Amino acid sequence: MSADTDTREASGVADAPLVEVRGLTVEFPVDDGGSVRAVDGLDFTVRAGQALGIVGESGSGKSTVAFDLLGLHRGTGARLGGTVRVAGVDPHTAEGDELKSLRGELAAMVFQDPLSALDPYYAIGDQIAEVLRTHRRVTRRAARARAVEVLDRVGIPDAARRSRLRPHEFSGGMRQRALIAMALACEPRLLIADEPTTALDVTVQAQILDLLHDLRAETGAGLILVTHDLGVVAGSVDEVLVMKDGRAVEHGGVAEVLGSPREPYTRALVGAVPRLDAVREPEPVTAAADADGGDGGAATDAAGPGGDVLLEATGLRKEFGRRGARLTAVDDISLTVRRGETLGVVGESGSGKTTLGRMLVRLLEPTAGRLVYDGRDIGGLGERQLRPIRRELQMVFQDPVSSLNPRRSIGESIADPLRAAGRLTDRQVVSRVGELLERVGLDPDWYHRYPHEFSGGQRQRVGIARALAPEPKLIVCDEPVSALDVTTQAQVVGLLGELRRELGLSLVFVAHDLAVVRQVSDRVAVMRAGRVVEHGTADRIYDSPQHEYTKGLLAAVPVLDPEESAQRRAARRALVRG
Amino acid sequence: MTRFVLRRLIGMVVVLLALSVVIYAVFYLAPGDPAQLACGLKCSPAQVAQVREQLGLNEPVYLQYAHFLQGIVAGRDFSTGTGVLHCHAPCLGVSYKTGDQVTSLIASRLPVTASLALGAMVLWLALGVGTGLLSALRRGRFTERALTTLTLAGNAVPVFIIGLLLLLLFCASLQWLPFPTYVGLTQSPQQWFWGLLLPWVSLALIESAKYARLTRSSMLETLAEDHIRTFRAYGVSERALVTRHALRGALTPVIALSALDLGTMFGSAVLTESLFGLPGLGKLLVYSVGVVDLPVVVGLVLVTGFCVVLANALADTLYAVADRRVVLT
Amino acid sequence: MSAQDLLAGAAPSTAGEAAPAAGARQVWRRLRARKSALAGIVVIALLLLVAVCAPLLTAIEGQDPTTYHDSLLNSAAGGVPVGPFGGISGAHWLGVEPGSGRDLFARLVYGSQVSLLVAVGATLVEVVIGVVVGLAAGLGNKLLDQFLGHTTDVMLALPSLVFAIALMAVVPSGFPRPLLLTLVIGLLGWGGTARVVRAQTLTLKELDYVSAARLGGSSRWRIARRELLPSLAAPVITYAALLLPSNVASEAGLSFLGVGVKPPTSSWGQMLSSATTWFQSDPTYVLLPAAFLFVTTFAFTVVGDAVRTALDPRAASRLRVGTGRAKKRGNDTKRGNDAQRGNDTKRGGDAKQASADAKGAAA
Repeated sequence: MSADTDTREASGVADAPLVEVRGLTVEFPVDDGGSVRAVDGLDFTVRAGQALGIVGESGSGKSTVAFDLLGLHRGTGARLGGTVRVAGVDPHTAEGDELKSLRGELAAMVFQDPLSALDPYYAIGDQIAEVLRTHRRVTRRAARARAVEVLDRVGIPDAARRSRLRPHEFSGGMRQRALIAMALACEPRLLIADEPTTALDVTVQAQILDLLHDLRAETGAGLILVTHDLGVVAGSVDEVLVMKDGRAVEHGGVAEVLGSPREPYTRALVGAVPRLDAVREPEPVTAAADADGGDGGAATDAAGPGGDVLLEATGLRKEFGRRGARLTAVDDISLTVRRGETLGVVGESGSGKTTLGRMLVRLLEPTAGRLVYDGRDIGGLGERQLRPIRRELQMVFQDPVSSLNPRRSIGESIADPLRAAGRLTDRQVVSRVGELLERVGLDPDWYHRYPHEFSGGQRQRVGIARALAPEPKLIVCDEPVSALDVTTQAQVVGLLGELRRELGLSLVFVAHDLAVVRQVSDRVAVMRAGRVVEHGTADRIYDSPQHEYTKGLLAAVPVLDPEESAQRRAARRALVRG
Repeated sequence: MTRFVLRRLIGMVVVLLALSVVIYAVFYLAPGDPAQLACGLKCSPAQVAQVREQLGLNEPVYLQYAHFLQGIVAGRDFSTGTGVLHCHAPCLGVSYKTGDQVTSLIASRLPVTASLALGAMVLWLALGVGTGLLSALRRGRFTERALTTLTLAGNAVPVFIIGLLLLLLFCASLQWLPFPTYVGLTQSPQQWFWGLLLPWVSLALIESAKYARLTRSSMLETLAEDHIRTFRAYGVSERALVTRHALRGALTPVIALSALDLGTMFGSAVLTESLFGLPGLGKLLVYSVGVVDLPVVVGLVLVTGFCVVLANALADTLYAVADRRVVLT
Repeated sequence: MSAQDLLAGAAPSTAGEAAPAAGARQVWRRLRARKSALAGIVVIALLLLVAVCAPLLTAIEGQDPTTYHDSLLNSAAGGVPVGPFGGISGAHWLGVEPGSGRDLFARLVYGSQVSLLVAVGATLVEVVIGVVVGLAAGLGNKLLDQFLGHTTDVMLALPSLVFAIALMAVVPSGFPRPLLLTLVIGLLGWGGTARVVRAQTLTLKELDYVSAARLGGSSRWRIARRELLPSLAAPVITYAALLLPSNVASEAGLSFLGVGVKPPTSSWGQMLSSATTWFQSDPTYVLLPAAFLFVTTFAFTVVGDAVRTALDPRAASRLRVGTGRAKKRGNDTKRGNDAQRGNDTKRGGDAKQASADAKGAAA
């Protein structure tokens, strides 16, 4: 903390780094009087025109670093240590005009969650103009003109008209663009993007990343990209800093870190990322570990794809809302699920894939179409008629938080279907739950624990155990891993595949992540706007997609190899132009 | 928007109809002979029968109700024995006691209650929103605690306690103020003001506690929203953050609630009015209940109910106008 | 449905978040940790004791609430008690009533019986009706929901004070007044509870764990009992805790207006009402019942507020550490589309909640 003035003078030198962080620590006070060290002795530098990716799983402290660069922890009670210089300004001590110019003029932040990051009451153009007028003495009219200009620059069509709309009138991708436009308003020397694509679909994510890439090339600004997604950094930065528990695990060029990681943690992280080109592991012949006393070992033999048809949907359709504002979520979908196979359903948000999944297990009633399960049309059955077959169709839910009742022990949650059926004695129920817990890789003694004592991945295992409890024939997994960190993702996906093979289950795997779907699926259906645009075997879909939409979707998936990433960027451009 | 207004209007009518049925059922089917009540205890059975005839009380209940509704929509005639009294629409009937039209009775008392409610609202908004904002923005440990305690106390105390204490202090002990009496605004604005000052203050002290709490929590919640952080990260000053970006969102629920409270006040000012002896709707109600003047009671319940329903619709509309993200359905 | 059922599952209210399932013991610990809450609980316990032991206490004093003591009044001054501070003496600890000379301590002590009995009874009536109606509306079919929804709207639109005054007047005087007060306050005041329960039920119903229970073959009733009621306990208890003081005030208000408890039964509101004619000559007579009433409602409010904080510490701490400046950003949060949608609807929900609260408070 010495020689404060020296450093500031030194920053005047042309080749001083744009961002210099030495020994940064951030500690937050906790309710019980102690404190949590969110960032612990971090060093890095970013030079003008350079891009640094800060990568880490949730809780690694990566966003905390980003916020600190603009001095946003000041006044929160957080204890800050180490030295930080951003364009020559110390965000820990700067006051008045210096702090103001740091925030927005020298460095600008692109926030995640673009809906809540913008003021709901004002037009987007006005909000950008306000940022400009905070830093420059310009007229209202000139500021508005500049707002339209930057909106146009970030690729918002008809920017002059759209600048008068409020945030909720924009789509998610457009809002993210607007936030980037806001960051550009004062031509900052550094852009800090905090998970800028997390809430977005993969095609939009690719567009936003391409935009950030181009802007950097064009303006020569530095970029700090904070994300949990290794695929996102691969094509967008020069250097990567991998964080875990507030510390830097590995730091180096993007090609080295992702291509040949030195640290075990990084290696695990990279290894866990699902790859599009990964062909499914060959089916190991397991010794029918029929621990659950399921119905018949015959299923194990037929575990490969191609058993007889278990569930068949014909012309399935679901509409929501009343006459005034009718929305067709699922529109004329026909598909089959065979015994023992995994059907993958991929689609972006709003494609109707969740609605479809919920209809298949009859949590929702189809508006039209037939749904034949095991030779019987269950599409129009009432709740009472459904009850006998309920247990055969189960579901694993997306959100590991809301899928377990916080007020019941996990054992009771798993036992619930058994108790509802009422065929087993209390002792039998408890021992069966113990078996199930063990089967999904949890300790059977955890019966009496509550959901909040578990991590997201563990909770998802509990959800799987609950789905297994009534010995189902089909499990629909609705985005079962999208809320999990990448290492946990791989484990849960592995567990699902294992269970399918051992128990001869049929799975319907609904997800937005194309790579994950490829890992588990025999056949894949691609959904868009309520319809299936293409379906076929997984290899066929991924290796030679026919439909334009599938092609676009595949082209947008981020990959880990920086070179390939650059090629794909070029390919995407070609696809857009073509 | 038109759809919304239409739906709300229909909803209001339905609620008021339901209200009137309930009231009618309760009061006209209640034990006791309305005709006897109307005529007075000294009436002979023949006179009572005549009164019953005049008031239409020997008709079946549903017909009585139909006439009652007809009176509201189109007006109706009452025979007084010697002549015919025409009661203009909206007619809520005729007082058993005085023979006056209920609507004119209510109309004559309305200015008093309206003066009380509106004046108190101005005061409680100023007081409540002011302290609420202050405690949200200047969060010292002591002031915050003091305000929290004070507002809790305000939330708890019935209005007549505060009123009595104020009377005791300012009128009886210190004798700074005259005992409150109501003088019409048009007669003497000055006396109107001084006469209503204590009632206003009592009501406002109670109500402002609620508003201080709401304003404070709403302001704190708005300040914690992500978009505030966005503009802070762009160098916008704290003052501008509050005035430009937080105030509007924070005050929306406050404004919606005051519309609601204003409506409710027409009914719930009873306590204040009867404590200070103000001749408003509440005083009329208590009096009419005491002498079992059923048409007046029914009329008052309907009118105050109408105020509440109207205020509800108004509050929802204000909310939706202020926050366009709320879909009007 | 009993209060025990509710208390058994007391836990934080907001649905769908990883709220630690606080047991009754944990809530009690949080309550105890706040000095103001503890003080409030002690005061309420004392009041309950006083109410229960009223005959004993008056026996110790050697008085009863109904005997007239004309000898203690100064008839020349219009019936003002003889002696300082409204005639406080060793025989009459808090003096006597002007005009009648009845023992004030005895009347105040017996008044607490009416006050607490009516408030607690009315709150129970409100909670039971509100939970039943709210649950039925939230779980039932569209028709039932609409019918109950409109009924609730009508209840909330009733000018409840006006209606209560009118009702109290209509019912024959033979009906026991405290019971009548309980019923009238309770039957007019369940709208807010019903609305809160319905809204919460609708939210909970959409949660994945309820879907999972359906897939597990649970019937609707089983879902209501096992999945919903425990989660409804927290908001219902919170709401009930805030209804209590307002019901104390309602009783006092109705008695103040002369339509509540009738003499010779004593009630604080009724005493205040007669005190209005005496407050110049005998201020003690105003101050004593006012103090009792104030302390009671204040204690209930403080405890109610603390209960709310204890049941939903997250919401409370959000308000306490709420400014942007103090917001903690220790963890990176990864927000999916769903979280975003949740934010979308949040404001609308708040509006309804605020107005429901407001209506509840207006009762």
